[in-house]
Amino acid sequence: MDKKTTNQKAWLFVLPVIILVAFNAIIPLMTVVNYSVQETFGDNVFFWEGVKWFEAVLNSDRFHASLGRQLLFTSIILAIEVPLGVAIALTMPKKGVWVSVCLVFMAMPLLIPWNVVGAMWNIFALPDIGLLGRSINALGIDYNFTSQPIAAWFTTVLMDVWHWTSLVVLLAYAGLTSIPDAYYQAAKIDGAGPWAVFRYIQLPKMKRVLTIAILLRFMDSFMIYTEPFVLTGGGPGNATTFLSIDLVKIALGQFDLGPAAAMSLVYFLIVLLVSWLFYTLMMKDEAQ
Amino acid sequence: MRQITKFVPALYIVLLMMPIYWLINMSFKTTNEILGTFSLWPNEITFDNYIKIFTDPVWYTGYFNSLSYVTLNMVISVSVALPAAYAFSRYRFLGDKHLFFWLLTNRMAPPAVFALPFFQLYSAVSLFDTPIAVALAHCLFNIPLAVWILEGFMSGIPKELDETAYVDGYSFPRFFVRIFIPTIAAGIGVAMFFCFMFSWVELLLAKTLTSVAAKPIAATMTRTASSSGYELGLLAAAGTLTIIPGAFVIYFVRNYIAKGFALGRV
Repeated sequence: MDKKTTNQKAWLFVLPVIILVAFNAIIPLMTVVNYSVQETFGDNVFFWEGVKWFEAVLNSDRFHASLGRQLLFTSIILAIEVPLGVAIALTMPKKGVWVSVCLVFMAMPLLIPWNVVGAMWNIFALPDIGLLGRSINALGIDYNFTSQPIAAWFTTVLMDVWHWTSLVVLLAYAGLTSIPDAYYQAAKIDGAGPWAVFRYIQLPKMKRVLTIAILLRFMDSFMIYTEPFVLTGGGPGNATTFLSIDLVKIALGQFDLGPAAAMSLVYFLIVLLVSWLFYTLMMKDEAQ
Repeated sequence: MRQITKFVPALYIVLLMMPIYWLINMSFKTTNEILGTFSLWPNEITFDNYIKIFTDPVWYTGYFNSLSYVTLNMVISVSVALPAAYAFSRYRFLGDKHLFFWLLTNRMAPPAVFALPFFQLYSAVSLFDTPIAVALAHCLFNIPLAVWILEGFMSGIPKELDETAYVDGYSFPRFFVRIFIPTIAAGIGVAMFFCFMFSWVELLLAKTLTSVAAKPIAATMTRTASSSGYELGLLAAAGTLTIIPGAFVIYFVRNYIAKGFALGRV
């Protein structure tokens, strides 16, 4: 960190990245900003509306409801995936052929297109032809995720846990393998039990990768669209209509550009704010 | 206790494989069998679903489209991210920290927010319905990611390497291509893996930016699901085939994944 030299020409190295990302980020973002303050009745005729749409979005029950569902969903999956991922990483073999086998199989869900994940879970969880749905019903529990909100939530959460826990496992495992053996030997000499080893050696060493894991899982679960859309279509009713699903409904379904754009910006700002908090914490930690 | 914990990864993998197995199981069944009976394996194995996919251009061109924009995106993202990551890891310049965070914010932009403006932007520059449009659009989240990963790898390499090379009379471009790039080969592999992964699995933008000519395989699937009703076997076969490229890629980078996560910062 300290060894960096000041060189303004470094900007030239970054320029291609800036141009490409700006093309994709700034132009569409300005389009959204543009829509968010105007009203249109078609034919490319626009009227200035000021902050009307923002007020409407911030006061709308519909937005509050989907934001609430989104926050609940993200909290649930973080609370399950992070501890579960750490626990699995702790039990993984340290060396040998099994490491590769574990890594290859565990990474598989990460590389399946998201709509295939949704379709796969649809087939897997359907109460009549799905293995999961059929098994749960065979246990005597009435389960049908297409008509029961609770079952829909259960299936969506389970699908996300299935899909993304491996990311936490891989990150935590990488953190664990970076701990030198000497640490464990020292702990053994001091007579530390498994809990003490975890609390004072493994957990601090995993802190950085875990922050990254939580940050990535927060961002991606907050933006989740395709998987629940294919699985439940946001239903039954609005039970699993998360922010992105609601947004696409408003923007492309009803073509209400102004409200959709205002909602987009509020949505983006929320993700940005939380991620910025995480990022600052992470950088502060690294600087120490 | 140790004996029990040994089986945790195995149990986890078995649970992970169950939905995948069910998909493969369905792909070998006839529609009648899927809807009529419930069985843990196909009673009469049929390859009709796969034959249909490999012979119908609507299906197999979808694969080519997906693979072509993913490859294109991977090449673009990593090649522009390399010099940028070098700049971030070696130099201090005006606004560097803000720029780095701004790049990362694009990883945080919900694709749903950008779907409509993207459609208008790429129509305006007449790239709509080409693999290039999707490849460029996916740069939005893949370039920041590639810069982030590569910067992590490069910061792990001591600056003395650069200085020694200059003393030995290497010019910057020669040093970069001949010495530096081979040194961080593992990092490039990891960055490419993640670019492949996020471009391959993303659908919302890919679907928005294409209609017929460049339609990705995943979009073909959703359209089939809605238009022809309940062809579950066909859908399952197409789904199974989309898992294969990913599995193939993981197999090649398996030894780098753990290392990559540790050194780099995904």
